[in-house]
Amino acid sequence: MKWVKVIVSFILTLSFLSFPSCAFQSDELLVDDEEFGLEGAPQHRSPEPIPTRSPPVTSPTRKRHSDLDSDSKIQFSLDHAFGDSDFSPAGTFSARLKTWSHGGQFCQTLTKLRFSRNSFSDVEKEKFKNLLESDDFYRIRLPSNVLSPPGRDFIISSVKARCLPRESLDEHFVIHMEGVNVLAVNYGSPGSCPYPRNLKLPAKWSFSSHTVLKNSEQAPRAPVFTEEILGGENAEGEVVQPAERSFWAKYWMYLIPLGLIVMNAITQAMNMPEEQATGQVPAQGQPSAGAVQRGPSSAVRRR
Amino acid sequence: MAIRSFFLFILFFSSSLSPVFSLYEDQVGLMDWHQQYIGKVKQAVFSSQRAGRKRVVVSTEENVIASLDLRHGEIFWRHLLGADDVIDGIDIGLGKYVITLSSGGSILRSWNLPDGQMVWESSLQGPKHSKSFLLVPTNLKFDKDNVLVVFSNGRLHAISCIDGEVLWKKDFEAESFEVQQVIQPPGSDLIYVVGFAASYQFEMYQINAKNGELLKHESASFSSGFSGEVSLVSTETVVALDSTGSILLTISFQDGKISSQQTPISNLVEESLGPAVIIPSSVSGIFAIKTDAVTVFIRVIGEGKLEVVEKTTHEIAVSDALSISEDQEAFALIQHASSEIHLTVKLAHDWDGNLLKESVKMDRQRGLVHKVFINNYIRTDRSYGFRVLIVMEDHSLLLLQQGEIVWSREDGLASIIDVTTSELPVERNGVSVAKVEHNLFEWLKGHMLKLKGTLMLASPEDMAAIQSMRLKSSEKSKMTRDHNGFRKLLIVLTRAGKLFALHTGDGRIVWSHLLRSLHKSEACQSPIGLNLYQWQVPHHHAMDENPSVLVVSRCGPSSDAPGVLSFVDTYTGKELSSLSLDHAVVQVIPLPYTDSTEQRLHLLINADKHAHLYPKTSEALSIFKREFLNIYWYSVEDQNGIIKGHALKCKCTGEVADEFCFDTRDLWSVVFPSESEKIVATVTRKLNEVVHTQAKVVADQDVMYKYISRNLLFVATVAPKGSGEIGSVTPEESWLVAYLIDTVTGRILHRVTHHGLQGPVHAVFSENWVVYHYFNLRAHRYEMSVIEIYDQSRADNKDVWKLVLGKHNLTSPISLFSRPEVITKSQSYFFTHSLKAIAVTSTAKGITSKQLLLGTIGDQVLALDKRFLDPRRTVNPTQAEKEEGIIPLTDSLPIIPQSYVTHALRVEGLRGIITVPAKLESTTLVFAHGVDLFFTQLAPSRTYDSLTEDFSYALLLITIVALVAAIFVTWRLSERKELQEKWR
Repeated sequence: MKWVKVIVSFILTLSFLSFPSCAFQSDELLVDDEEFGLEGAPQHRSPEPIPTRSPPVTSPTRKRHSDLDSDSKIQFSLDHAFGDSDFSPAGTFSARLKTWSHGGQFCQTLTKLRFSRNSFSDVEKEKFKNLLESDDFYRIRLPSNVLSPPGRDFIISSVKARCLPRESLDEHFVIHMEGVNVLAVNYGSPGSCPYPRNLKLPAKWSFSSHTVLKNSEQAPRAPVFTEEILGGENAEGEVVQPAERSFWAKYWMYLIPLGLIVMNAITQAMNMPEEQATGQVPAQGQPSAGAVQRGPSSAVRRR
Repeated sequence: MAIRSFFLFILFFSSSLSPVFSLYEDQVGLMDWHQQYIGKVKQAVFSSQRAGRKRVVVSTEENVIASLDLRHGEIFWRHLLGADDVIDGIDIGLGKYVITLSSGGSILRSWNLPDGQMVWESSLQGPKHSKSFLLVPTNLKFDKDNVLVVFSNGRLHAISCIDGEVLWKKDFEAESFEVQQVIQPPGSDLIYVVGFAASYQFEMYQINAKNGELLKHESASFSSGFSGEVSLVSTETVVALDSTGSILLTISFQDGKISSQQTPISNLVEESLGPAVIIPSSVSGIFAIKTDAVTVFIRVIGEGKLEVVEKTTHEIAVSDALSISEDQEAFALIQHASSEIHLTVKLAHDWDGNLLKESVKMDRQRGLVHKVFINNYIRTDRSYGFRVLIVMEDHSLLLLQQGEIVWSREDGLASIIDVTTSELPVERNGVSVAKVEHNLFEWLKGHMLKLKGTLMLASPEDMAAIQSMRLKSSEKSKMTRDHNGFRKLLIVLTRAGKLFALHTGDGRIVWSHLLRSLHKSEACQSPIGLNLYQWQVPHHHAMDENPSVLVVSRCGPSSDAPGVLSFVDTYTGKELSSLSLDHAVVQVIPLPYTDSTEQRLHLLINADKHAHLYPKTSEALSIFKREFLNIYWYSVEDQNGIIKGHALKCKCTGEVADEFCFDTRDLWSVVFPSESEKIVATVTRKLNEVVHTQAKVVADQDVMYKYISRNLLFVATVAPKGSGEIGSVTPEESWLVAYLIDTVTGRILHRVTHHGLQGPVHAVFSENWVVYHYFNLRAHRYEMSVIEIYDQSRADNKDVWKLVLGKHNLTSPISLFSRPEVITKSQSYFFTHSLKAIAVTSTAKGITSKQLLLGTIGDQVLALDKRFLDPRRTVNPTQAEKEEGIIPLTDSLPIIPQSYVTHALRVEGLRGIITVPAKLESTTLVFAHGVDLFFTQLAPSRTYDSLTEDFSYALLLITIVALVAAIFVTWRLSERKELQEKWR
């Protein structure tokens, strides 16, 4: 009798401690989490209906570990609605609930998310066709807390039905989590949905679902610089920096005129031998080539 | 190549070093104006000093204490106490100290009357919350020191007037005791504290003013109970109303004995009046009660006998008593009569004789008189003259003397709720000149004066005339539209329900209109103005149609009170029409569609989530039907932490057939976990913002495409624990999460958690970036972060050949139902100031670079270049990045003293900053409002598209002339030379 009490109280404390989710998670585990989410993401389901469970299913079967870190399986349902109709069960998410202690606090996150989609019944197919024809919304919803569905409110998301059909019905879930709370779900087609949405019936009435679990990213801390860099960042520092420019950048204003002069001198030097080669040596010591040509012609006209 | 890049580098460098905004001392006031206000006056005390300038000290609902010049209404000095430091009472002590009691009676301060310097401050604690009273007895002395008597927080204090030291205190700890009056009869050393206990017992405490000793405590119970306030009719008699509001209780406590008398109101007034309230006043021997319809003045004669002296159905306002001689008290009474108000000053004991009776014409747009304060002076013929200070319904303050309005202050402008702008009328031929110069003679005279001025012959009066003429005819204050779009009308809605049009040129009030729909009426008891929207902005019919604005208001403080719409012409200020709605207005969505008369379609969402379309015309309906499926909106439930997206469903069902009412449905929802997140800020882009280019060329000839969507929402949440004051939590239990949410599909595009941060969060969203400001608990500093979001789906449109051959997706329509491929970049920086407001400049075409406008805690507006908040900043930018203009990364944002937009001025009590694009691309108009108003023009990248004011046209002209002359001279010279050559 006594040990039963002990176990009950232990379970109670365990469940009590594990409920408040805390926001801080270490980086290491986050990476781990992302990885699991992605790993479990692309799942192509067979068209056979998977045995349906009653919609708000939560059966956390906790294993006990000595260090209080524990894994347990958890399930929560996906509901859907066609246009403005009521929501009905459409599939089940299953995941592992990881619990660990972090600095005296207990954190819980979901990992290894898997999704099983119920295939459409004939009635639902008909409804969906109607949606496609009227270009209406296909809506889904999830509980906002996976441990105690539906939590405070349901998370609703919707997409124009015409965005889903390709070969089969392609859908893409991005579930934003905060501990055991679902914040939002981005639902839509995995690719683009170009604007003039054309009516297209899917070839196969089955869903190919992709699910991604996302947790919040950590923002990098604002950089704190040391004094030297601080000193170098003010206006004066920026003026000093140009000193490190290349030789060309520093002295181009001297180099260009110099180059021009040199080029000029070279052409002159080139011309001189040319003139000498032609053999037209004027009688006067000519200062420039232009005067050389002009001189004789005017002299000719004057005569 | 290298030369070119070096040039570019030099260019960028020089532009980054030059102060972004600064002006010379003599340029102050050329483009900007600053107006100082104080808010609605709560209490006024006239300085009784014989010598020196006459002044009045006022306290206002904006928590301002100010000393005003009684001759002109100018502010001598002014102090704005904090938002939670509400002023309870003011008075003048010793003739030279202004004493203020604030913060629910817990802070007592003394200010020097001539210059407003604080002399002392003392904090008064007490056992429990109570009403607070401040008394400055004139003849109560305590060791040559004047004593202040303060009752606050259930404790009576006597405080030295000189240094604020508490001389003695006495607690009134009785649990149910509610103080009603604290009386200090002049000439005695007694203080009476009277009040109610347990709502049916009258309590009187007699206290020795010298030491706080309790001399007597009497109580008497009244089975009928009490309601409302008590009125003091003499130093030892009060009048109260019983709980039904129909019986008057006259309670006197002469010599510590309580005696009372009950008089049913019906005995005094024949017709039944319904429940009455006592108008608080302190005129001895007379009090007033007010019912829905009438106001009755009742005189107390001797032993509790009451007599009706006047009954009036007019709106009425009474001042407190003013003692004019040993035993005479006067008070002022103001009655409304159509377009006039009648001021009468009477002696307290002589109702029928008037000391003064005047009629003053009053602008109807000022509404009713709310408060009257009376002051006397000695006329030139040695008789008593009276002047009154009146506070009107529109919160304006006026001084009346000798039947005239001596001065008036538009203090309603201290509490602006919303601002919008309107263009001015288009200039028509032959209109502008005739309006400025009335006739030929004046025109000639003006020119003569100007000539005199230039020849230095003008006398000082002439100079003044020239100056005023220049101001009048100067371009900036004309009443017509200008080429650059600098002249506009600022339409502001104030808390009093008055609409003002301010000219951007000089800040003058073009028109003002007290909205009829915001007037108290039977249908609408306490109307509250909510928002302003541009209803009609004519472009095609700009010559013959006036723009109009929509004022949305509601009847009462709760969000499900019915709404009221009114439409006001912005040129004339006439209220075109008003609509009393049968539904509440929770959200107003201006739609991006206009009908043929250019009225904008608006969707009003009510409390039951029905959407109502306005204007209710068939044309609007047909336009709306076309876009029916493309209308999405969102709603934020701050308290629940839920954001929902909505779309339209169908016509309203169930109700009376209303074509303009539509049902809505929820498309998506985001539920923030209540135990870890609380919404503190939501920001979207401005609806009218223009983005010039989607592409952003980065350093290495690469292109990034901005993710530009009008449907992005920035949400900041903090830990519920951390939503209190800064420092109330440890960094470990406080965090801030920033989200970017698409409001059509509800997708979270970006989500990032900052640990150890705390609000308040101020954010601004523009183009593809959002900047937010918060407090970092770990670094003990304020910080600002930027998030930029880029579109990756268009990122591969970099190949020139693709663009040439048209194989790009840049022109294809974007659907938000596609899976977004976005990347975000972000960075954080320290920032010195805490903020009151944040805004971003906006220009006509969006080409000019942006500046952030930060309303700092010092009530100034600081312009900060957006380039400082660029997530691509690195510590050592490469050469290419430097060319692009990327500033090396620093851990904190620089505050350049020259970049204060408000230069040396302060916009006291800054609440909001509004930017409006001018027509000139480089320029943006900035309007900052709080208790003060400030307006200026800004050019974030300098005025690159127009010549500056100091451009020397003369030099340009001289250069041209010189060049032409030189051409002629050289031409002639060369001709002559050629001729000589030919003749050689």
